[in-house]
Amino acid sequence: MEEEISFEEALKRLEEIVDNLEKGQLSLDESLKKFEEGIKLSKLCNKKLVETQQKVEKLMEKNGKLLTEPLTTE
Amino acid sequence: MPDTNFKIYTIKEVTLYIKDKLTSDPGLLNIWIEGEVSNFVHHTSGHFYFTLKDEHSQLPCAMFRWANEDLKFKIEDGMKIIARGSIDVYTPQGRYNLVVSEVHPKGIGELYLKFLQLKEKLAKEGLFDVEFKKPLPRYPNSVGVITSPTGAAIKDILNIMNRRFPSAKVLVIPTMVQGENASEDIVRSIGLLNKYKNVDVAILGRGGGSIEDLWPFNEEIVARAIFDSKVPIISAVGHETDFTIADFVADLRAATPSAAAELVVPDKNDVIRNIAILRETIYQYLFSILRLQNKHFEGVSHLLKPKVLLNRIIQYQQHTDDLTSSLLIQIQHKLEISYGRFNALTEMLDAVSPLATLKRGYSITLKLPEEHAIDTVEKTKEGDEVKVILQDGEMRCNVEKVIRTHGYSGKEALTCKEVKNETEKEDRKEK
Repeated sequence: MEEEISFEEALKRLEEIVDNLEKGQLSLDESLKKFEEGIKLSKLCNKKLVETQQKVEKLMEKNGKLLTEPLTTE
Repeated sequence: MPDTNFKIYTIKEVTLYIKDKLTSDPGLLNIWIEGEVSNFVHHTSGHFYFTLKDEHSQLPCAMFRWANEDLKFKIEDGMKIIARGSIDVYTPQGRYNLVVSEVHPKGIGELYLKFLQLKEKLAKEGLFDVEFKKPLPRYPNSVGVITSPTGAAIKDILNIMNRRFPSAKVLVIPTMVQGENASEDIVRSIGLLNKYKNVDVAILGRGGGSIEDLWPFNEEIVARAIFDSKVPIISAVGHETDFTIADFVADLRAATPSAAAELVVPDKNDVIRNIAILRETIYQYLFSILRLQNKHFEGVSHLLKPKVLLNRIIQYQQHTDDLTSSLLIQIQHKLEISYGRFNALTEMLDAVSPLATLKRGYSITLKLPEEHAIDTVEKTKEGDEVKVILQDGEMRCNVEKVIRTHGYSGKEALTCKEVKNETEKEDRKEK
C-alpha cells in the first residue's frame, strides 16, 4: 500500500472492501487478504486525519505560468 | 370599433372588448413599474389593494392573496416600491388596474431590477437547472478558495477547514471581490482554477457588505464563468439574507463563507467514527467467515474425534469378540465331538484290554517272582509258583504238573489246583 494514496482513494477502497466482504462471495484466503488490507487502510485513513497539518498555498499566474507558494495571511 | 353596422352595444360588451385589448397586449404584460404606495388596504379576503403613483399619474393595483403570501416585507403608504405585474380590467367598475405578482422595496433601485432581469434571463437559459449542478467530492484532497487573501472570509474558511478536515490542502486564489474590476478578476480566477488541474472543489465568496459591494457576484460574466467551470463551485457571498446570481448558478450555495467551509469538507471526527464503524464491520465479517469455515471444519473433524474413533474401535472389538466366541463355540463343538469319539474309543480300548477279559471270567497267570505272563506251558515247569489274577483278586498257586497239548484246541492245560486256571489260560491263548 502506497503512502501516496489520497485520503479519498483510501476511504473509497476501504468502503469497497467492506462491500466485497458484505457480498460474501470471497474465498477464505481472499477474505483474509481483504481483511488485512481493510485494516491497513483504516489505519492509514485515521493517520491522515489525525496527523496531517493543514497546508495552505496560493495559486497565481505569472507570465502565463501557474505557480503556487505558501500563503501568508498578514 | 367598426361603425358600419349600426349597433348599440351593452356596457359589458364594450368593457369586455377593452379588457380583451389590454390583456392581449404584450407591452402591458409582466412589466416592472416603480412608484409610491398610497391607499393601501389589506382586505379581509387576504388581497392587497393600493395605488401606485408618481408626480404625474396614478395606477390602481391589486395584489391577490396567492401572490402576497410569501412577501418578506410590509407594504405601507408612502413606501417606494418596484412592482411586477400585468394590466387588467376590473369590469364591474370599468377600471383598468395592475395585477401585481411581485413587489420589492424601491431602496435597492435599479441594481436590484438589473439583478432580477438577469436572474430571469439566466433562469430561462437553464443556467440554474439542477441537472447542471456538479456533484461535490465527499473528501476533497484539495480545495480552491477564490476570495480576497486579506479579508475576513479567508480567515474563517481556513480556521474552520483546519478544525474540520486538515488533510484537505487549501489553494487560495487571491482575487478582488469588490470594485469596478472585481467581476473580471473573479472570472480570471475561475479560469486559473480550471487551468490548475489538482483542485477538487472551490469556494467562491466574500464577507458581508452592501448590495453594491456584493455586486460583482451579480454580473453576467461571473455567472457564466461559474457555469462553465469544470471544478465544482460553492458560492459563499455575504450574509444569509444576501442572494446573488452567483448563488443560483453555483453547484451549491452556502449562506456565508464559514458555512461554505463547513459544507466543503466533512468533520474529521465524524469520518474517524465512520472509519471505526467500517473497521468494526470488517472484523464482524471476518469473524462470521471464520465461524462459517470453522463449522465446515468441524463437520469434517467430527470424524477424527477420539470419541468417534473409540466408538469405532469398540465396534471392531465387538466384531472381533463375536468372531472369537463363535470360534470358541466351534472349537468346543469340535472338542465335544472329539471327546465323544475319545470316550467311544476308550470304551473300545477297554473292551479289548486284558482287564476286560478278566471281567468275562478269564484269568491271567504270572510266573513268580518275575511276574512274567505265562502264555505258553513252555514258560513254566512243575514246582513253579504262579500268581493267577482274576477279576476280583489273585491266587497263589503251585504248578503240580505241566501237560502239553497239541495246537490251540484247548485240550492242553496246566494242571493247577484250580480248574479255572486252565480254562482262562485256554481263552487267552485263543485270542
